[in-house]
Amino acid sequence: MLVLDLALKSLRNRAFSTSLTVGSIALSVALLIGVENVRVGMRESFSNTISQTDLIVGAKGGTIQLLLYSVFGMGSPTNNLSWDTYREWAEHPAIEWTIPYGLGDSHRGYRVIGTNEDFYRHYRYRGGQAIALAEGRAGSEVFDVTLGADVASELGYGLGDAVEVTHGIGEVGFLNHDQMPFTVVGILDKTFTPVDRAVYVTLEGIEAIHFGWEDGAPPMPGDEHTHEEVLAMDEIEITQVTSFFVGTTNRRDVLRLQREINDYEGEPMMAVIPGLALNEMWQGIGYAETGLRLVTIFVVLVGLLGMLVSLYTSLNERRREMAILRAVGSGPRSIVALLVLESVCLAAAGAICGLGLVYALLSAGQPIVEAQVGLFIPIRPPGSVEWLFLGAVVSAGFLMGFVPALKAYRTALHDGLAVRV
Amino acid sequence: MGAMSLAIDVRGLRFRYGSGPWVLDIPELTLERGTRAFLFGPSGSGKTTLLGVLAGVLKPDEGEVNVLGRDLASLSGARRDAFRAEHIGYVFQMFNLIPYLSVLDNITLPARMNAKRRARLDGAGVKETAALLADHLQIGDLLRKPVTELSVGQQQRVAACRALIGSPEIIVADEPTSSLDFDRREAFLELLFAECERAGATLVFVSHDRTLEGMFSRTVSLPDVNKAAF
Repeated sequence: MLVLDLALKSLRNRAFSTSLTVGSIALSVALLIGVENVRVGMRESFSNTISQTDLIVGAKGGTIQLLLYSVFGMGSPTNNLSWDTYREWAEHPAIEWTIPYGLGDSHRGYRVIGTNEDFYRHYRYRGGQAIALAEGRAGSEVFDVTLGADVASELGYGLGDAVEVTHGIGEVGFLNHDQMPFTVVGILDKTFTPVDRAVYVTLEGIEAIHFGWEDGAPPMPGDEHTHEEVLAMDEIEITQVTSFFVGTTNRRDVLRLQREINDYEGEPMMAVIPGLALNEMWQGIGYAETGLRLVTIFVVLVGLLGMLVSLYTSLNERRREMAILRAVGSGPRSIVALLVLESVCLAAAGAICGLGLVYALLSAGQPIVEAQVGLFIPIRPPGSVEWLFLGAVVSAGFLMGFVPALKAYRTALHDGLAVRV
Repeated sequence: MGAMSLAIDVRGLRFRYGSGPWVLDIPELTLERGTRAFLFGPSGSGKTTLLGVLAGVLKPDEGEVNVLGRDLASLSGARRDAFRAEHIGYVFQMFNLIPYLSVLDNITLPARMNAKRRARLDGAGVKETAALLADHLQIGDLLRKPVTELSVGQQQRVAACRALIGSPEIIVADEPTSSLDFDRREAFLELLFAECERAGATLVFVSHDRTLEGMFSRTVSLPDVNKAAF
């Protein structure tokens, strides 16, 4: 206990260098744990995006690409499927439900998704939670639009506001479907998934704004349809969907059904299992994750090396102190214990401050990160990974403490009671 | 004169650093218990090295170093450290104090480090004993001060208190007065003598300054006893 008391008082005496050392270790530990938290948060947030969907079906192409544009609102779809093909599969006996998606348009940078009431009925996220409305109702008429929670809050839209849809996906499209304004009829509850950042219309609505756009360009003058003309139509024929989500009656049929869809001869199409595709995606990102983790581990090592340097360089001016301790009866081993203990105290203080810093930053940064990148990082008490990291940092501090300690040991033996230079 | 009445009994001591030249070569040196010994010699005569050997920090290469009847040459390093903690109080020439401890913590350090020193406080508490010693050495008002605010003379008195706490049998002082001016030297020595007498301790006082010689009961000229001195 005397040695601990000495170590603490000695560190307090060198308050400036002690706080610098603790600060640099704390920052590096905060980085290590912070990166780990963001990583876990990202992984969870990604795999929570979709739940209970057995297959995602779209035009033939890359599996990850299909997952990205259908679930995460990233990248562009390559091709559409015909409505007839979709209906044919929707009637398949092994399929319990489907959610059709018509993609390709946007509103001020947010993806517009054409779907139908099946979305509100069957879409599930984070362990089976259903989509819920915060205000209004689910869109069902041609020009109804339901907004994701973030879209509504960031653009300041309320029920009854008019929304224009831009052709294509981008912040500023120059091809606007501006003669076809939609009206906000509902706003969804926050889900902390890409659903919050999407705009939902009906499949009929998607068809309506594309009247005359069959060749991909705006309609020629005179060929345009007006809002009123569309409303006067009895029924709007839906011609295509981009992709659809599938829930099976029996999950054992998933693989067989996937093969069946992939082999379909009517149209080139493919089905992916979301969990597998997510895993495949993470494997690609895994290298980056490992790299990032390595970098943060090295940052922690650099922080600890800073401590080593600071302890080591202080040794010369502490030779008197060591001689005094020897004179009152300290063995060279007590000198080693003193320095190792100082090192452990610095590392432990750094680790604890770093942990505190992570939680401070997380609670301050959580809403910002969520608003800026739509990533929800959960804050939870430190888990086994965090304790493992902290334990590793303190152990590394312990081991590194032996470098200055053994130097002091040799000096103490050599100096004895006189300080020889 | 029995062996137990000798505080220090050195026989055939030889010591050198590593494989360098002999620094100490002392065929015989004895000090009786309760002696106030004045050990003098010019620089290079091995004064500090001899004190290191007597305190058990340095291990002799040859010969016997009996301190209070124990041959330090036959003890392990750890045993010698424990022996020093229990039986020897040490005062350096200067920079005696640990800068990050208060005056009180500096004085009580040996008693906190060694249970036997603590046991010899005659039932009084560590702090009370330290305060009493500080009063005797006229620094009772400095106990709570950081050591960096003390004058050199005050620091040496704190060091003396630390050496004396827990009544070790031997006080070793390595030129403790050389950084003081003459009047303060005598005052310091008188206080030190009084405390050694009170505790019945043997004082081994090293100096190159022979003006103080008259105050001691025994004088040892190191160049005379150390054949390796030059």
